[in-house]
Parts: sequence; structure tokens; C-alpha cells
Amino acid sequence: MDYQVILQILDSTLRLATPLLLACLAGLFSERAGIFDIGLEGKMLIAAFFSAAIAATTGSVWIGLFAGISASVALAMLHGLASITFRGDQLISGVAINFLAAGLTVLISEDWFQQGGRTPQLAGAARFNPIDLPFADTFSVVPILGPIYKEVISGHTILVYAALLAVPLTWYVLFRTRFGLRLRAVGENPGAVDTAGISVTRLRYTAVVICGILCGLAGAYLATGFAAGFVKEMSAGRGFIALAALIFAKWRPWQALGATLLFGLLDALGTRYQNIEVIGFNVPVQFMQALPYILTVVILAGFVGKAIPPRAGGAPYVKER
Amino acid sequence: MATQKTEGRPHTAALSAEPAIELVGISKAFGPVQANKDISIRVMPGTIHGIIGENGAGKSTLMSILYGFYKADAGEVFIRGQKTEIPDSQAAIAAGIGMVFQHFKLVENFSVLENVVLGAESGARLMPSLSKARKLLIELAREYELNVDPDALIEDIGVGMQQRVEILKALYRQADILILDEPTGVLTPAEADHLFRILEGLKAQGKTIILITHKLREIMEVTDTVSVMRRGEMTATVKTAETSPEQLAELMVGRKVLLRVDKKPAQPAATVLDVQNLSVTDEDGVQRLKDISLNVRAGEILGIAGVAGNGQSELLNVLGGIMPGTGRVELNGESIDLTGKFSDGQSRRERGIAHVPEDRQRLGLIMDFAAWENTIFGYHHDPAYQRSSLFMNNDAIRAETALKMQRFDVRPPDPQLKAKSFSGGNQQKIVLAREIERNPDLLLVGQPTRGVDIGAIEFIHQQIVALRDQGKAILLVSVELDEIMSLSDRIAVMFDGHIMGERLPSETDEKELGMMMAGMGEGA
Repeated sequence: MDYQVILQILDSTLRLATPLLLACLAGLFSERAGIFDIGLEGKMLIAAFFSAAIAATTGSVWIGLFAGISASVALAMLHGLASITFRGDQLISGVAINFLAAGLTVLISEDWFQQGGRTPQLAGAARFNPIDLPFADTFSVVPILGPIYKEVISGHTILVYAALLAVPLTWYVLFRTRFGLRLRAVGENPGAVDTAGISVTRLRYTAVVICGILCGLAGAYLATGFAAGFVKEMSAGRGFIALAALIFAKWRPWQALGATLLFGLLDALGTRYQNIEVIGFNVPVQFMQALPYILTVVILAGFVGKAIPPRAGGAPYVKER
Repeated sequence: MATQKTEGRPHTAALSAEPAIELVGISKAFGPVQANKDISIRVMPGTIHGIIGENGAGKSTLMSILYGFYKADAGEVFIRGQKTEIPDSQAAIAAGIGMVFQHFKLVENFSVLENVVLGAESGARLMPSLSKARKLLIELAREYELNVDPDALIEDIGVGMQQRVEILKALYRQADILILDEPTGVLTPAEADHLFRILEGLKAQGKTIILITHKLREIMEVTDTVSVMRRGEMTATVKTAETSPEQLAELMVGRKVLLRVDKKPAQPAATVLDVQNLSVTDEDGVQRLKDISLNVRAGEILGIAGVAGNGQSELLNVLGGIMPGTGRVELNGESIDLTGKFSDGQSRRERGIAHVPEDRQRLGLIMDFAAWENTIFGYHHDPAYQRSSLFMNNDAIRAETALKMQRFDVRPPDPQLKAKSFSGGNQQKIVLAREIERNPDLLLVGQPTRGVDIGAIEFIHQQIVALRDQGKAILLVSVELDEIMSLSDRIAVMFDGHIMGERLPSETDEKELGMMMAGMGEGA
């Protein structure tokens, strides 16, 4: 394996990890506030569709991005309404959102574009194009570090950089601001927040909306940055992988970056090495492509140590006498 | 927001005549239940004012109205003479009211400092808030002897210190009226004394304290004035110095109550339960019982005293067949399997061991099941309850339950009602009826009167003594020292999985037992 190949794998790791990272941070905000969200998948999917559809129609990826985020936030509010206001079961609401998104995207796109559940191919200003960071070519002559800068760090869409920036930002918000303290508290013991004179409902809705925005970014990246248009079911379980990464990361932002990069790496390896031979045995392509999903199962089965979720997670808050 | 806070106090003399809190004609209904009926009360500043009443008397509802949790249907609140609307907790805090709930409202994996600051941060950025709070917290802690470590996590500190954090939270928010709801429920006698010293200190600094409790002793010990509530009404407000526990109990219950248990001397006969070298290690690998030996004879009550969490629960669970252990246990001279492989709670019951578990809502009852279903658990295999090999004889079970409810004075006597619809005392009577009516040789009973009203306590104690007088052996576990002292024929004190020693109730006192409970006194 030469250096160039390693760089290429790392480069696609970053691209593949981006939607996972955004969705994982989305889940982090929601679950830290005590709202379990298995509807990350659905929100990503609907954002992917609307961002591509509006970008294709208007020719502007930025309007598309806004539409995608709006759609995702709308579903997030629906989840909030069901689980905060009406104190429903958060898992059932999440499942419903996934089904709703899977059905709606195909139905609307077929009616709108008649291309078998796809949106038209996006090009030019209708999609996010790679940005070459300054001096990429100048530095490329520097041994080892130069190529890393040019091949791995530079040349991504703006959403990749936004996702990476979101990690320290999330850490800062969560652990260094008043809002973060309250958010973490409401996921652990909403009674403490309520008796301190803070609205549990408002805090949790805020968390759910942040979750919607980040899922919207993840979905928009899929359809307008990573790919060039929407294809049905294009989220392909990434919302669930992001949830597994969240558990792996024990609901912490920096660890979320590490976990999603690991999943991205497995995905990149599976895509690059369709057929590899290990000790004379030909590993089938299906196995390579299933690697991220296998890791998901392993993580969810609890093989990575004890992960304690936020204590009030999954339970609606009811004032007690 | 209509909240007002009185600014400036020009006439100190006039102020001392003005109540810190005055409630006028407060009423609150939950559906058909009138929780508070036209309640008026005046709490004078710089005093400790007790509010006493049975469970469901409306004490907590009244305080929740004062703290902005509920909106009263009618009535007015005056704080320091100013009419004040309290639509939410924020308004209550702004009016200088602090509340320490029975179940602490603390975030377990936050530090003490973070818990104190939560909701009262000085700005959007956390670090300046925390460093500012740290200084204030240390000052407050010194001023009121509320020593806590600001950086300790709540989950790592004891309940006594958690409670001090709750008090600090209120003081940090500049509360000068402090409400404490059943504050000693989770405390050891020594911790309770410490709390009372803190309250005296707060009072000396001019703070007003409202103490809600159902324990007469506490009221007599620390309050200046006491208000009694019964069935949603305020029945009396008296100076503590001018009343007696007997009078207060009568005001609470509405009839004369016997505060001491009336029992004849025990007539112990043959040994029923013989425990030798019993040890238990729990799932986390912690040894909970360390080589315990004890025996209980027919016709006597052995009381196990101790602070919660010193192995009493495990002792009950092992003997009840819920947990495995090692050692030798004999019932009427025949050994009992402790490994958990050949026996369980069911087979223990068949051998004549009845078990009233400590946590009746988790282990004693299924809260969503009807009373008649709850009265046969553990005995549901009894042929008397079967109609055929497939079907149960529900009519017979219901009829029997109705009888049991009558004998045990369960109110309301409706077998169809779900367990969760009964009050704590009536739930306990259902469990007791189930276990006692099976005529066991040995009754294991844990915390028989936890969360139970004074009137029901009297009844439950009478039932336990009556069972003893029938020649049954009774192993009683309770964290209430009063209960242990008045019910037991012999007292064993547990500390850290050991039996610290045995005493006769007539030859010991609370002080000695309290020392043993804290691990002092004779070695194990």
C-alpha cells in the first residue's frame, strides 16, 4: 500500500464520516437533554430530499440547504410535540418519523420529478463544490505533511469543515456555557431544573431544534455535497450508525468525532477494497461493505464497555406533587 | 409578572409584627378531591413553624402552591405583608422562598458547585459564574456551618450532605424563607440532630423556616409554632411549648391515638429461626453480610436496628429467598437452602416464612394490579384459588379479599381498586393481610410503617404484636428507632454487615443504640 493510497482512504474517510458526525452531534444535543431520538435517519433523509429538490429547482444550493434544514427541523418539532408536549413514547415517535420520511421523500419526488424517486442531477451552483484551501499546491512539495494537507485536509465542501468545527463548538456550548449546564441537567434530572425556576419544556424544545438543524446539515451534505442529487433511501442507515457512534462516544463531543471517523474509515475501506485476500481466503465484497454495520451491532451489544445514558433520557417530564 | 419584592425595611419594629408569610383562604381541588380547604396561616419571621399532618392531609399541596408548582383555586398569598402572585417557581425564588424537597432535586453527576449554580448563573458563560459561586458558597458554608466540598459529585456524597447542598442552593438564591418537606426521612438520628442545629443557626440569622413533617418528636424538638392539618383543613395552630405530642396526634387523626405500643411481656418458646455464619456478597462483589448469627424464638419480636444500607435489606432478602447467601439457616430445626438453586420466595412461603418486603411498591405489590390480585401473590398456586387446572377462581379470590380488607381495615374496602390507588398505609395493610392471614411460623417484616399515617401505624403495630402473641416468630427490620424500641422484645444492631450486639429494650436507650448504629461500641 503506498502513501498515495493511504491519503486517498483518509480523504474519503473524512467525507464519509461527515454526515455521521453531524447526525451524531444532533443526537448528542437531543439525548443530553433527555429526548431519545431514533429519528435521526428520517430527519437526514427528508433534509437530503428537500435540499436536493429545492437546489435543483432554484439552482442555488444555499436555498436548498435552507429548505433541507427547515424540513428536518419540522420533523424535529413533530418529535418534540409528541414526546415533550404530549409526553408520548419517544421510540415510537422516532420510528414513525423514520417511516414518514422514507415514504414522503419517494412519494413527493416521484410526483415532482418523475425520475423514479430521484431528483435531477445537481451541478454547478446547485451543489456544494470542493474548496481548495489556500496554499494547497504550494505546500504539496513539503514531504509527508504537504500531501496530507493537499489530499486529506483540503478539497472538501464547506459542510465538511462546518462539521469539524461543530465538534469544539458543541464541547464549548455543552461544558462552558449556562445553556450547556442546563441542557445537561435537564437530561439527568428535569426536576432539578424545574425547581430551579427554569422551563423544562423550553429547554428540551431548544435541544430538539438544534438536533433538527444538525440533522438537516447532515442530510443536505449527503444529497448536495457528497452526492449530486437525491436517491431514495440514500441515508442508508447512517442515522442509526450515528446513534451507535453516540453510544460508543458515551455522549461526549470529542469522542463522537473519534467514533464517527472510525465508522468513516471502515466505510472507506469497504468501498476501496471490494475484494481482498486474507491468507488465501477471498473476503467477499458484501462483507467489506457490511463492516460499519457489523461494528454498529458490536457496539450496541455492549462490547465496548459500559455506556451510561443520560438518566432522565426517554422519560417525559411530569411534575410530581 | 406580578411578583413583587419588598424593598427596604424602614421599621424593624413594625416588621417583626408582620408575618413573613400569610396565606388567606387557600383552596385547591384535584378533580373531586379537595386537597386544601380554605386554609389560612400566618408564619412569623425568624421562627421555625411546623406543619404536621398525615399523608394526604394537604401539607405538600399547600407548600407546592407557595412554591409556584400549583395555582390555588382561591385565596391569597402575602409575603412580608405584600400581596404576591406566585405563578411559577421562578416567582417563588424571586420572592425569597427556598424549598428543600423530600426527594432531593439534585443532578447526580454534577458537582456540588454546579448544582448550586444551576438556574442562578450570573451570565451566559459558565466559568465566571462558577468561580463567583465558589467564593459565595464557601462564605455561606462558614456562616451557617454547612460544610460541603464544592467539587464533590453529588453521587459520591451521603444524603446528609446532599441535603445541605439543597439548603445551600436556597441560600445562594438569597432565600429568607426556607421550606423543608419531610427533611429527616432519610437521615440518621445524628444527621437529623445536625440538621436541627443548622436550622437553629438559620433562625438565629433571622431566616424563617417552615418544617413539614409527620414526626411528632421533631415538631416538639425544634419548632416554635405548629399548625396541624387534617383532610385538607387546618385544624389548629398552637405554640409548641403549650402543646403535647398526644394532643397533636389527636388533632392530626381526629381521635385519641396510642403513641406507645401496648403489649404484654413476650413468652418466648422454642427457636424458630436459627441463623449461623450467614454471609452475602451482592452482584457487584461487595460483601453485604459478614458472618451473621442470630435466632428468633416463637412468640418474640427480634428488632434489627441500623441506618439504611448496613445489610438489613440483604438479611431480609436472603431469608425471604430473593438473594443467595452462604452459611446455615434453620427453620424449626430443618435447614434451608441458601444457594438459590433449590428454593425461592415461593418455596420459603410453603415452608412457613412470610415476607413483608421493605419496598412494598416494588417488591410487595404490583401497583397496576387490583387489590384482589395482589392479595394472592406468592400463594396463587393454592388449590383453594383454582377453579380447574386451567382457570383461577376469581370470584372466590375476590370474596376472600373483601373479607381480608374488612379484617385489616383497608380503606376503601374495594377489591377491584388498583394497588396504586390506595394510600401508603392501606397498601401496607394489603401486604400484611396477605402474609399474616397465611398463618406463617416466621414473619419477616421490613419497614412496616414507612410512609404510613399515624393512625395506620397504630393498627399495623397491633397486628404485629397480635401475631407474636399467637406464638409466631417475627424478625422486624426498621430504620425508625422509635419503632424498634417500642415493638421489639430483643434488639440487634447492624452496622456494615455485622451484628454490633444485642440489647433488651428495657436496658438500653436511643443514645446507646445510636452509637452502635454508627459503628461505635462493642466490636463485631
